Amino acid sequence: MLQAAQTKAQGALPDWPEGLTRVPYWAFQSHDLYAREQARLFHGPHWNYLCLTEELKAPGDFVATHVGDTPVIAVRDQHGELYAFENRCAHRGSLLALDDRGHAKAFTCVYHGWSYSLQGELTGVAFKDGVKGKGGMPASFCLQAHGPRRLRVAEFCGLVFGSFSEEVPDIEDYLGPQIASHIERVLEGRTPVVLGRFTQMLPNNWKLYVENVRDSYHASILHLFFTTFELNRLSQKGGIIVSEGGGHHVSFSAIDRAAEADASYAAQQLRASSDYALADPTLLEGHSEVGDDVTLQILTVFPTFVLQQIQNSVAVRQVLPKGVQSTELNWTLLGFAEDTPEERRHRLKQANLVGSAGYISMEDGCVGGFVQRGSAGAADQTAVLEMGGATAESSESRVTEASIRGFWKAYRQAVAL
Amino acid sequence: MDWLAHILEAQARYARCLDDGPLEAWPDFFLDDGFYKITTADNHRRGLEAGLIWADNRRMLQDRVSALRHANIYERQSYRHVLGLPLIGARTDEEARSETPFVALRIVRDGPTDIFASGRSLDRWRRVGSELKLAERIVVCDSSRIDTLLALPL
Repeated sequence: MLQAAQTKAQGALPDWPEGLTRVPYWAFQSHDLYAREQARLFHGPHWNYLCLTEELKAPGDFVATHVGDTPVIAVRDQHGELYAFENRCAHRGSLLALDDRGHAKAFTCVYHGWSYSLQGELTGVAFKDGVKGKGGMPASFCLQAHGPRRLRVAEFCGLVFGSFSEEVPDIEDYLGPQIASHIERVLEGRTPVVLGRFTQMLPNNWKLYVENVRDSYHASILHLFFTTFELNRLSQKGGIIVSEGGGHHVSFSAIDRAAEADASYAAQQLRASSDYALADPTLLEGHSEVGDDVTLQILTVFPTFVLQQIQNSVAVRQVLPKGVQSTELNWTLLGFAEDTPEERRHRLKQANLVGSAGYISMEDGCVGGFVQRGSAGAADQTAVLEMGGATAESSESRVTEASIRGFWKAYRQAVAL
Repeated sequence: MDWLAHILEAQARYARCLDDGPLEAWPDFFLDDGFYKITTADNHRRGLEAGLIWADNRRMLQDRVSALRHANIYERQSYRHVLGLPLIGARTDEEARSETPFVALRIVRDGPTDIFASGRSLDRWRRVGSELKLAERIVVCDSSRIDTLLALPL
């Protein structure tokens, strides 16, 4: 199957249009491209989010997740080290871990009893020496020569990443100082606590979702919650950071204290009148998340990781492709051990903003499907990404598609298109 | 107090309100300080607090309805709830707990009838005059997966 996938991955694909402003719709429809992504992107020199350090606290704690299509186990061994390896028995390919998370002393395949250490090494084969001197594995069979493929593992601010590639740069170099510092802003010096986990199945190619997350242009247009209830602060400043290679980004907005003090803003706010008002405006009562004025920070790490701070709703999102037209979006909502009861309450209330029922995110669950369905007969047509120019650079304006262009820049490099 | 008969009646009305409307009447099934949460069996088992929808008073439910009516964008859809029999738990003259299994089928536009969610609602009912109000409803979905989006409440 993998051999077939790799053969297919070399299959010819149509030419990609010049520049960064056009994305061909076949990119969301092609099975050949999907196979190439599995080989070059998900098994290539990139870091994929696996889980939180918090989820692997004690020796033996494991999480079964995926890197692209490939099932992977992330585990803490008896010496406290983190390991990750394929969730695949080296014998006949069966899953080793049958739970999404749990605690193990070793992994034993249920099919024929081959067993593995927490480091992913084959340690035993049932009936290896046969029964009563008959049967068994040949004398030449070497346990050390067999095992699931192992991943490199990196931890950053309580996030665990894995890579199938030996060539992947160290995580700090991969992120770069700007992206790293924005992850640190939210996660460093605090102890994350999982408040809930939710999975949203999206009826579209995974790249339509990672485009959407990087798309700061659509926010005030598609998501009408803040506008309808007149909750937009007029006095906001913000911007976009696109990483050097284009693949990662940060979009942020903050309270603009200078503008807030300006009487003209106050006057405009007074004039604003809405037919709709929240019956319970405490939904948006919160605290400064980390002591600064930033109220929103959406951060992506290429290819499929998202860290979100929307007011006091902090979450990580993991994007997993499940075939050309299906995507699994795993939300892990976070609080921190340091939260006061009041701060925790803010998080639980503001979780109403996000996720599959989120006031400002439920539309992201369906809009990818609208594109997938809308572009069904248009493999030879392209999407247009000209908002904010043609480059993939940081900008003070969030009315730009620069970070989407950045994603495609990094993506094309990764899959050699 | 015949709690079973009253809870059956209230559940039937609640399901009909969600499935056939008007949605605006949905918050009235709750007390002013009623609690409502949609979560998953996995989160519930692990004692994780967050919900897909989380409200600690009736006004938050009214806001959910206003947002669905005036702000949020989703394809036209409806549910058909099929309820199992409520199991009545601890009860006094004024208050009773119940646990009721449900299946919610979803129809998006004029598409097929899909199984959207199954689960149970863990309820605390309070007698208010001649009717029952919800002091608490925790909807525990059996699966952690939500297809596309969760617009209408369960």
